[in-house]
Amino acid sequence: MIEIRDVSKWYGSFQVLKSCSVSVARGEVVVVCGPSGSGKSTLIKGVNGLEPCDEGEIVVDGLNVGVKADLRVLRTRVGMVFQNFELYPHLNVLDNICLAPMVVLKRKREEAEARARTLLGRVGLTDHALKFPAQLSGGQQQRVAIARSLAMDPVVMLFDEPTSALDPEMIKEVLDVMSDLARDGMTMIVVTHEMGFARRVADRIIFMDAGEIVEVRPPEAFFTAPESERARAFLSKILEH
Amino acid sequence: MGHLDVNVILRNLPYLWEGLQLSFLLAAIAIAGGIFFGLIMALLRMSSIRPVAWIALGYVNFFRSVPLILVIFWIYFLVPLLLGHATGPFLSAVVAFTMFETAYYCEIIRAGVQSTPKGQISAGVASGMTWLQAMRHIVMPQAFRKMRPILLTQSIILFQDTSLVYVVTLRDFMTSVSTVASQELRMVELYLFAGAAYFAICFAGSRLINRLDGGFRR
Repeated sequence: MIEIRDVSKWYGSFQVLKSCSVSVARGEVVVVCGPSGSGKSTLIKGVNGLEPCDEGEIVVDGLNVGVKADLRVLRTRVGMVFQNFELYPHLNVLDNICLAPMVVLKRKREEAEARARTLLGRVGLTDHALKFPAQLSGGQQQRVAIARSLAMDPVVMLFDEPTSALDPEMIKEVLDVMSDLARDGMTMIVVTHEMGFARRVADRIIFMDAGEIVEVRPPEAFFTAPESERARAFLSKILEH
Repeated sequence: MGHLDVNVILRNLPYLWEGLQLSFLLAAIAIAGGIFFGLIMALLRMSSIRPVAWIALGYVNFFRSVPLILVIFWIYFLVPLLLGHATGPFLSAVVAFTMFETAYYCEIIRAGVQSTPKGQISAGVASGMTWLQAMRHIVMPQAFRKMRPILLTQSIILFQDTSLVYVVTLRDFMTSVSTVASQELRMVELYLFAGAAYFAICFAGSRLINRLDGGFRR
């Protein structure tokens, strides 16, 4: 489904990604973790071309991120959820969800709205369709953002630290929605520090450090017996509190 | 100083109204044209293609560095030389105002766009929109909401600046007032009236925009 081959990227003379290679199968849930500045977000944003890579190639569902004509089609099939939600503040919840399907997929308003209402039910926000983002809690906003991505009927969902900007009591409601999605067979790449979620939901863990993919392993193996010294150091820091 | 003669204003009202209509028409065209071309100029100014951005920057810097009255003169006297025939004072004033105001509206719009968080474009682009679609549906509606007060200020200034067209023989509101004032030798009445009229128009304009603004507030 997703092939990442020898991807490297530089910001000026600083190398943020060092020939990263990994593939993700259809229906698989992969969690990317690692210390800040390890290149997790850059890697995931490479998958939909928000951060173009300088070397190597990324292919999603047969579409090459580096080919301009492929990229637009690819983006309609790859949903992305951002750390800061990035809901459109001037539009209500329903219009937030309907905008891209109407503008990009040329769906009719009624069709887009019907789909949006179904998705709002799925994320548990049926009663909030006409509210504006500023009237919602962080957790609700992020669930709307997930519904907004799903409205494009994506084959892959990317999550870039979806719970990092949330108050602790709201993290669970977002993770629950993501777990449901995983159970329904969505292919997902999730950058997160939520190790409980990773352990329960992920099929594999990608551990990154200093721009390199250091380990790619099933969660049990990764958490109980990390191979590398760097992963051990990282886990000891985040799991001990 | 004797008593104020209100009749002098009433007597000359049709003449003054003609001048005011010219001011309104010129301001309306220049505001619409300035915002339209200012928007295009702002998009060029933010282009990732360097030479395009430089040309737009050059345009803005040039027109912000010369007085409007000079631009009005230039267009009036130079364009006929280029075209080989006279364009008439009104058309040349419209062109001069639009070109001049484009530079100011461009900078207002650019600032508004750049105050919108970059993540908003990313969200649009990530869902398959082109950059222009994301601008049109996501960034511009937010930016225009933020820009409204300063767009209004600029438009009020523009309206007041229409009085400069007397230099190309056009008779706007202010010129009409001056003419009547000197013909009737009633300076006090006419200039008080002019002040009241400008105040009423500009104040009403800002109230109207606030009213519209209220409709969007939430």
